Amino acid sequence: MEAAHEQTFNEPGYSIHVIETEKYKTNTIMIKMRAPLEKETVTMRALLPHVLQSGTEHAPSAAAFRTALDELYGALFFADSAKKGNEHVLTFTMEAANEHYLNGENDLFDRALALLADVLFRPKLKEGLFPEKTVQQEKRSLQQRIRSIYDDKTRYASLKLVEEMYKEDPYALPAGGLLEKVEPIDPSSLYAYYQKALVEDVIDIFVIGDVNAQEAVKKIKEYLPFSDRSAVMTQTETGAVSKEVQVIREMQDINQGKLNIGCRTTITYDDPQFVAMQVSNGILGAFAHSKLFMNVREKESLAYYAASRLDSHKGFVMMLAGIDQKNYDKTVQIMNEQLEEMKKGNISDLEMTQTKALLKNQLQESADTARGMVEVLYHNISSGTNRPIDQWLKDIEAVTKEQAAAAAQTISVDTVYFLSGKEEI
Amino acid sequence: MEKNVFDQMNETVYHEQLDNGLNVYILPKKGFNKTYVTFTTNYGSIDNEFIPNGESDFVHVPDGIAHFLEHKMFEKEDGDVFQKFSSQGASANAFTSFTRTAYLFSATSNVTENTETLLDFVQAPYFTEQTVEKEKGIIGQEIRMYDDNPDWRVYFGLIENLYKHHPVKIDIAGTVESIADITKDHLYTCYNTFYHPVNMTLFIVGPVDPDAMMQLVKENQSKKSFPEPIPVERRFPEEPEKAALEHHEIRMSVNTPKCEVGFKMPLSDRTGVDKLREELAANLLLEMLFGKTAKFYEKAYNSGLIDDTFGFDYTGERGFGFALVGGDTDKPEQLAQRIQTQLLEAKEGGHLTKEAFERARKKKIGTTLRAFNSPEFIANQFTRYQFNGLNLFEIVPVLEKMTLEDVVDFAKEMIDEHRFSSCFVLPKETA
Repeated sequence: MEAAHEQTFNEPGYSIHVIETEKYKTNTIMIKMRAPLEKETVTMRALLPHVLQSGTEHAPSAAAFRTALDELYGALFFADSAKKGNEHVLTFTMEAANEHYLNGENDLFDRALALLADVLFRPKLKEGLFPEKTVQQEKRSLQQRIRSIYDDKTRYASLKLVEEMYKEDPYALPAGGLLEKVEPIDPSSLYAYYQKALVEDVIDIFVIGDVNAQEAVKKIKEYLPFSDRSAVMTQTETGAVSKEVQVIREMQDINQGKLNIGCRTTITYDDPQFVAMQVSNGILGAFAHSKLFMNVREKESLAYYAASRLDSHKGFVMMLAGIDQKNYDKTVQIMNEQLEEMKKGNISDLEMTQTKALLKNQLQESADTARGMVEVLYHNISSGTNRPIDQWLKDIEAVTKEQAAAAAQTISVDTVYFLSGKEEI
Repeated sequence: MEKNVFDQMNETVYHEQLDNGLNVYILPKKGFNKTYVTFTTNYGSIDNEFIPNGESDFVHVPDGIAHFLEHKMFEKEDGDVFQKFSSQGASANAFTSFTRTAYLFSATSNVTENTETLLDFVQAPYFTEQTVEKEKGIIGQEIRMYDDNPDWRVYFGLIENLYKHHPVKIDIAGTVESIADITKDHLYTCYNTFYHPVNMTLFIVGPVDPDAMMQLVKENQSKKSFPEPIPVERRFPEEPEKAALEHHEIRMSVNTPKCEVGFKMPLSDRTGVDKLREELAANLLLEMLFGKTAKFYEKAYNSGLIDDTFGFDYTGERGFGFALVGGDTDKPEQLAQRIQTQLLEAKEGGHLTKEAFERARKKKIGTTLRAFNSPEFIANQFTRYQFNGLNLFEIVPVLEKMTLEDVVDFAKEMIDEHRFSSCFVLPKETA
């Protein structure tokens, strides 16, 4: 495969990564700000991206800001917050058309960068703080967003499982913030926190597109003058393995039961066994040839979705399926059996070949989008490892059945969460 | 093989219609790792009345059958095709829409083998009573999953309001009851009618050599024999112009009410570039009225009536078209009222300013350019446009020629309160 040409500018806690490529019809700038996940700050951090895009000095309302974007040929601006292990990451993305494809346009990249810099460094202020009205509006929107998680039952079930499983662990905190922490926020506490985040967060900036790396770094430093800082790594603990499996049942007025089984593993992204863990999760439930799909869905017709997911920044594995509630016991049993099969090393040559082929395919495909490329790089950066794509591909190929089984042996079921309808099982 | 160069987009598309009628398109993408291939039939959930190939009378097939057939194509006598794709390092999938059924894979290796697998599995149906029965449990769970999804329910609820007879109102997957009636014979009937190569398109996008790929497809197809193609005869019930139902409410286990307002398009017999202009005008109109830079959005957002789930969508396919506007809100009646007022004012030319038009057009051009980064977008949308007699690559040039007056004219034609409807999802507890 074509290796991405990456050039990095590095200072403690502040790095710029440039990938020169002509592959896309757009140029992308992404800023990632990372800090420890904490109960006291997670809600303010979830609110910040929304307040920041409500207006800048030059474009003093959300509409004015959106107008500025539209005039850059519908430049895409996107800001969100997400968890990476026990860290909270704010991402600001600006994607603008490469002017090469437009008749009679130039300097779109510079204008997009300037607009992005305005969002972060020159937000609209009133008496030196975020405007009261904006903060109130965005607080209300945030409350609505948090409340509406309840409406998406599949997502709700996943979040609930994590909450139940990681009591006393920051990982239980939802990246989107806590409802009860929204109300106390005011313009001055939010602004003060933002100033602190600007100085203390670990910053990574990515530029991907038809650019010259040296020039891009120079422009980024000029437009985005983040001050000197120290790089502090948050240690993510995978958490103690509980002796007894916790079983939680919640009932709502719904049609389909959502079964989510949460497991712990001690293997995280920076572990030498990580790639074996990835293969192990692949055989267990990541694909349409995987054990969970084949046994829960294809053999027994119990579910439409039956899968497993791995969050390797935490060491969290989740098995999930949407089922009729009367099939709860049967499904739990089959899922546990499949996990046991993994641990015993009952893995066919075909399962190994298929899983490796699809993991490699996934990794290579991610390099086809700017966002995918950034995510792969950021996995490495945020976990302090160095596993370039080419090495990663080789590592996947080298995993043996014994290694996959050994990785599975570190998985232990912690919590079974079942959201079901109100009729009796 | 004909070669079409689209200079402004810096893309080239190769095309050939093979002897058996299959349309093959190849778009080489340099620098990409992934090859993405779709094999699509011009057949979807709305095609439920037709004359089966070789017969003379119309039949009516059970709701959800196109989607059911899509599921069953993957199962063969010697096992599941997913297994084969996995072994060849490809990620395979399929989807069924109102008017299309698409089978696809993406792969960064073994592109030749995977393309052959795709062509071969879709062209070799294998249905048995036993495998059909087994699938009913799986699809039953898929239907239940959507039943619990309020966004899907409000979307389909509104379509059901808009149409009295047209099968677009039927959920694509059908219902647990309707799929219970499906037999293997139904599947063969639909397959034999709609999966003839003449009714299908293969689209290949990725780092491929167009000559070699075309040769591969030709050789694969020349080994297979197909009956003489007969034009498919479909029948649709006559649909009144006005909306079937003005309003409907659904109670669900949700915290936040959801409100969608929509209107159906008047029937038009536009084709080609005119049809494309109609679609683009509808999109520009909605953007100008309800986009994030519209006064409407700013006012509604600032007063807490809407949040950032608010949005709009236009669907235009063969034989029907509709537009939807809405999102989460605490005051669904008020939001529905405001959306309808905004639309009616636009019918009289309100809100349709030169500035709003230029902004919407620029945004649409930029969004379209960005979408050309995506092989999925190119293959799926090119096929969709091709089935509708249009060309995806015409979007930017046509947009560049459109004027505010075009949008004003279309607004007059499209907006009519008799064709409006609204649908809410409301929390159950307060019922």
